Parts: sequence; structure tokens; C-alpha cells
Amino acid sequence: MTLKEIAEILNAALITDSEYPDINIQNACSADMMSAVLYYHTPNSLLITGLTQPHVIRTAEIAGIKTIVFVLNKKPDDSTIELARQKNIPLLSTPCCMYTASGRLYQAGLPGCLNK
Amino acid sequence: MKLSELVEKLALDVKTFKDGLQIEIKGAYVSDLLSDVMANAGKCDIWITLQTHLNIVAVASMKGLAGIIIVGNRPVQEEVLKKAEEEKIAILTTPKPAFEVAGKIYQMLK
Amino acid sequence: MALNISGAIEGSFQLIGGNFATAGEASTQLKLKLTNLGVHEDIIRRAAIATFEAEMNVIIYAAAGRLHYYITQQSIKIRVEDMGPGIEDISLAMQEGYSTAPEWVREMGWGAGMGLPNMKKNSDKFSIDSVVGEGTTVEMVINFS
Ligand SMILES: Nc1ncnc2c1ncn2[C@@H]1O[C@H](COP(=O)(O)OP(=O)(O)OP(=O)(O)O)[C@@H](O)[C@H]1O
Ligand SMILES: [Mg+2]
Repeated sequence: MTLKEIAEILNAALITDSEYPDINIQNACSADMMSAVLYYHTPNSLLITGLTQPHVIRTAEIAGIKTIVFVLNKKPDDSTIELARQKNIPLLSTPCCMYTASGRLYQAGLPGCLNK
Repeated sequence: MKLSELVEKLALDVKTFKDGLQIEIKGAYVSDLLSDVMANAGKCDIWITLQTHLNIVAVASMKGLAGIIIVGNRPVQEEVLKKAEEEKIAILTTPKPAFEVAGKIYQMLK
Repeated sequence: MALNISGAIEGSFQLIGGNFATAGEASTQLKLKLTNLGVHEDIIRRAAIATFEAEMNVIIYAAAGRLHYYITQQSIKIRVEDMGPGIEDISLAMQEGYSTAPEWVREMGWGAGMGLPNMKKNSDKFSIDSVVGEGTTVEMVINFS
């Protein structure tokens, strides 16, 4: 699924870039607990989360996550956005809650991340 | 939809309050942060989470949630189960991740 | 696998407790180093996850610490030692789901009690040593093949 498709499904705004980077997302992980994110097998994944601090970006980078969607219209501060740009991790923000965001993407055919 | 139906369709493992499965589920909420659930979950929502801290029981009770689904094969401490039984909160577990559980419930509740 | 390593490469990073703004920087830099050396991406991933979890524990629980790495043709060895409260019951701490993280840490997304299990799972050799009131040392080895 492309980033643009994901953004449309979630009515999400792209925070980091002005154009949609060409990324193919293969599965998604919904979590606020960072160690759980690190536990799952997440290359080419999308992270759906309610946390917006810089260590979330670092967790994504370490786990090999390609994109982060923040729920409930949350927006990280400028330094976090800058960090995400440096790490090449596009950020999206959706008005949906984690349940609705997960539900809509699952419905559209995106599978969950695998347990290792 | 009744909680019992959800248990059956998702093959959930019922850990506590087996008598509470007749409750009608109004919606669902996914979060691992207690403050978020306190602020945003609705009455009779089913709560999907990885969080297993003892305080999940108090949060579910205060918010009048329909129950808690603990995802990702997370072990739940005996202390938490005991408290949930006392407070009449249904705790259900599954090896599936939150995204998938939420996705399946979303389709069922529509 | 032909790695571009002659002898051994070693170095260290200083870690400061409570410093969430730069938490993970050491692991990120180590990841970059392994990438430049041509280590396989699956191995890098495992090393990065294990290192990051150890680094986060120092940030969360200790006053200060040091992350030391030692890379050879065969493996990477990571030692993370801290000056912190230490761990009273190590076998309990190793149990998945066990956590003493306070509420403010849980609200930041840590405290699932999966960090030590993640370190063990991702390394080929794992050991932990702790003295209450002094500190904790974690040692991990990840083989390149
Ligand atoms: N460096 C350390 N110094 C003191 N205590 C520690 C240290 N590392 C771990 N512990 C103790 O061991 C427990 C388990 O650690 P572990 O990393 O597995 O989980 P966590 O940090 O609580 O949560 P998570 O890592 O999943 O976010 C901690 O809650 C803490 O009590
Ligand atoms: Mg930890």
C-alpha cells in the first residue's frame, strides 16, 4: 500500500514532506509500548501510535519501520519532525483514534506485523 | 454485539469474570496508555491493549469498559487477574497483535 | 561474508540517565557503523534492538552509564554498564512482563517488561550482572554468521 493511499484512507496529513515519498508499506503495527514495537518483525511496516516524542522516531529507525502515523490529530514538536526528516521516516497525522485507523487499514487489506 | 460472540469469533482466552460475557459491546478502543484510555475511551467499549500493569483493572472499572483484550501473547500477572475477578472485569487474551484484533472487531461492529 | 574489518574496532558512548531527548543516539550510531562495515542487515537489526533496549534501561533507571562495543570479523560484543540502583532479583527482572517502571515512564511508552527479554532474544550470548546500590552490567555478543 502506498503512503498516499494510506493518507487517503485515514484522512491524514503528511507532516514531514510536501510530496508523498514513494514507499510501499506491507504491514502495520499499532502500539504505544516501544519494546513491543521492537519485538515484532517490522521491516516495511507502518507504526500507528499515540506517542510523539523523539524516542518514538528512534525506535522506528532501530526497528526498521518505514512510516509513523500519529492518531487523534497529534503533532510532534519541531525538533522531532526534524529528527524524522534526518532519518527519512515520513510522519502522518490522522484525526482517527488507533482503533479506527487500524480498522480502516485492515479493511483495506493491510495485514498486521508478524510475531517473530 | 455481545462480548461472548467476540470471544467465540476471535478465539479469545477468557481469563477472568466468565459471568460477564453477556454484556453488549458499544465500541472499541486501542491504547497502551492509561491516561489516554481515561480521557478517550467510551462506556462499554472493549479495550485492546498490550498493557498489563495492575492499574488497567481500575481504569476499566472507572470507565465502565466492557472488558480488556490483552494482545500479543502477553503474560498477565496473577495479581492482575485476581483484582479483575474482584472488580468484575473480563480479561481476555490472544496471541494476535493489536492491529489485527482491532481490524477484525472493526469489521464485526460495523 | 567478506567484512571490511582488520583486527578489532572498538569504542564507547557515554549515557546520561533521564536524557530522553537523545535516548537511542548511541544505538543509532552503532547501527550506522555496522552498516558501513557491510554487516548483514538482519544482524544489524538484532544488534541495534539489543543495544537500544540496554541503552533505554540506563536512561530510565540509572544516573549514568557507558556503552562499549568491540567489533571483530566474527562478532560484535556490546557491554553496557551503569551507575544505578542495581537489580535485586535478576531472574524476576528477566521475566517477560515484569517491570518497575513508574507511571511517567509508562506514559512515554516504556515499561512493558520486554527489554531484557528482547536483549536476550536478539543476542547469541547474553549475561547480566548487578549489585544493588552500585549498578548493572549487561554483556551481549552477536555473531556475524
Ligand atoms: N539498568 C538497570 N538498572 C536498574 N534496574 C533495571 C535495569 N534494567 C532493568 N532493570 C529492572 O528490570 C525490570 C525489567 O527490565 P526490562 O527492560 O525487561 O523492562 P522495562 O524496562 O520495565 O520495560 P520495557 O523495556 O519493555 O520498556 C525493570 O522494570 C527494572 O526494574
Ligand atoms: Mg527496558
